[in-house]
Amino acid sequence: MKNFGFSSIKPRVIDYDRNNKAVSDYILKHEPSFALCIGCGGCAATCSAARFTDMSLRKLNILVKRGENDEVRRLMNKCMLCGKCTLVCPRGVNTRNVIFLTQQAFRKLDNYAV
Amino acid sequence: MQFDPFVIPFNIGLYFIILYCVGTCIVWFRDLSRPDKLRLQRGFFGRPFVLSIREIFMESLIHRKIIKVNPVLGYMHMSLAFGWFLLIVLGTIEADIFGESHLNPPYKAIFFRFFNPEHRAEGFAMAYSFIMDLILAFILSGLMIAIIKRFWSRIVGMKKTTRLKTLDKIALTSLWLIFPSRLLAESFTCGAAGSGSFLTGSLGSFFAGFLPSSDLAYPFWWLYSLSLAVFFILLPRTRYMHIPSELFLIFLRNSGVRTGDQYGSFAEAQVYSCSSCGICLDKCQLSSSAGINNIQSAYFVKGLKRNDDVYDISLNCLMCGRCETACPVGIELGALRMIQRRAGEAPEDMKTIWSGYMRERNQNIRYGSNNYTKVYKYLKPEIIDPATEVIYFAGCMTHLSPGIASSMEKIFKASGVNYRFMDKDGSVCCGRPLMLAGKDREARELIQHNSSAIWSSGAKTLVTSCPICLRVFTESYHLDVEVLHHTQFISRMIEEERLDLKFLNQTVVYHDPCELGRGLGIYDEPRKVLYHIARYQKTSFERENAHCCGGSLGNIKLDSRKKTAVASDALNDLIQSAPDYLITSCPLCKKTYRKAEKSDTPEILDVAELVVKAISEPGRTEKLHNKKHHKEVIYVEAK
Repeated sequence: MKNFGFSSIKPRVIDYDRNNKAVSDYILKHEPSFALCIGCGGCAATCSAARFTDMSLRKLNILVKRGENDEVRRLMNKCMLCGKCTLVCPRGVNTRNVIFLTQQAFRKLDNYAV
Repeated sequence: MQFDPFVIPFNIGLYFIILYCVGTCIVWFRDLSRPDKLRLQRGFFGRPFVLSIREIFMESLIHRKIIKVNPVLGYMHMSLAFGWFLLIVLGTIEADIFGESHLNPPYKAIFFRFFNPEHRAEGFAMAYSFIMDLILAFILSGLMIAIIKRFWSRIVGMKKTTRLKTLDKIALTSLWLIFPSRLLAESFTCGAAGSGSFLTGSLGSFFAGFLPSSDLAYPFWWLYSLSLAVFFILLPRTRYMHIPSELFLIFLRNSGVRTGDQYGSFAEAQVYSCSSCGICLDKCQLSSSAGINNIQSAYFVKGLKRNDDVYDISLNCLMCGRCETACPVGIELGALRMIQRRAGEAPEDMKTIWSGYMRERNQNIRYGSNNYTKVYKYLKPEIIDPATEVIYFAGCMTHLSPGIASSMEKIFKASGVNYRFMDKDGSVCCGRPLMLAGKDREARELIQHNSSAIWSSGAKTLVTSCPICLRVFTESYHLDVEVLHHTQFISRMIEEERLDLKFLNQTVVYHDPCELGRGLGIYDEPRKVLYHIARYQKTSFERENAHCCGGSLGNIKLDSRKKTAVASDALNDLIQSAPDYLITSCPLCKKTYRKAEKSDTPEILDVAELVVKAISEPGRTEKLHNKKHHKEVIYVEAK
């Protein structure tokens, strides 16, 4: 086939059926307030780690819910667990526990099934 | 040689428990670290030994601390422990003096009346049997309270009493049976022989009137011996193990052994020393305000003892330290919880196969995985330009209530201190929240980062506004600077007369933050500042007895609604006297109380913010006057 200087890009389709939502389920089971998140981004705005990195809890929450685990893995360990996000959350989500559980879930995922 | 078959169960029980205790002590001693062993050896030949004997007498027998907290409960414990002790000691002496020979086996003292029923009431012997009856009555009165407490705990002033497991119930029943069966056995024997003093004697003659006393006595002696045997044999597997292990614990503690950060034999001795008395249950605000009734220290320690997976329980705690200050045994409950948090969740196979096998579980707790890679690689070393006297670290929480940081800046300026605001653009966390989540190695990275920044500044004093940061700075950082909380700093400035404050004619109540008060013992400095500038009103929750605001970072699992429930209960208690201000010295406490505010709540301020209100500016009145004057001039001109 003739190459016109274009290359095929990777599809950016989020496949809800194929993505692994085990982590999301695990968090929801242990911290039901996770479901209350409206994605306002207050947590991301106050984050201590966001000063140095692209850490954003809002993004992380959405990624977890979509089951895009590779990106979550990269982001979750940047958190310092300082707890500012929990204090600013207008919906009362225990965000500190959400991150704590995310890390726990991946640790479990690596060792044995969630 | 006097002997009867019914003493056999008692003897089996007694020798079993003695051997078990000696064996446990040897194992615990073997597992101590080398420095701790040396401490113990030094303690054995010195002052700690004397101190321990005194403490054992005051706490294990008299139960002084419980009497202070709750006299009825204290009397119950004292009558059972001290009474039983007296009964054994005086019984041994009685058997030695009045028995047929000297140096008798232990069962002679316990069953003295059976072997010497004719022991007559004359002179000294009568006085002696009177004393023995008095002690028995003393114990029985305590036992009555114990039975009442078990079914109607409110009568003895306890809102809650610990839930028991089956084995505990059997042991409890056997303990309850010991003294009534002794009373009945002695009474029947005395009734048949016509001896005994006011209790056994009169009860005996009463029964002898219509019952065949001499036939009934024997079965009750059997019951007495059997209940003692059951109690002794069940002792290692029930909460009553606290009786022997507390003696060992007191001696270890007085020799200077501390819990540390790993599960060792000292921690195990502490776990076994918990008597599940339930004093911590009433102290826990999660139970009184948030309705969580399974995570209190008594249950946590019981879980440890039974080798359950207590990871979730250990995380669901405010770490406020109220139970630890109230604990009559002095168990370091906070440290024990931290060990479990660090250990993490027990792996599946540990939960099932090895459950109940203590040694293996300890191995698991001791060794975490060793492959650790740095997490916070993104933190680049910070350098603070030197030549400042004081550096100020606001902390994450202070950034969320910026009023405190700006007040501190005003105070620094007013007192003419050359300072530098270290984390003006947002801070790197101090590491304490990570530690509270059991992630010590991650916390170490942050500690290293912050330490190097503080070292580079060359300052002499580090002032922080956040008690959480202050605690980790003093306990886990290795700094050559003096670390102060801002209340300490302000009180020093006032003492040195560098800060000129006027008296605000307003009433304040003060809330002691957990980390500052119970955690670090800083109670006086904030009060000194408050006495200096306002009318201080005392509440019923001062110093060690202070509430937790509920917002503590110690609890990862508590949801926001329950946090607010704890906060609003604590708030209601504090503002009973309707003060003008509720003062605290922790940004997190301030923030949490703000969330629980109602319309009638007084303004909630930090000490620093109140101090700023009291700074007397010499030029202030003049400026106001000028402004007024200026307005008048304009008015005149306009005319």
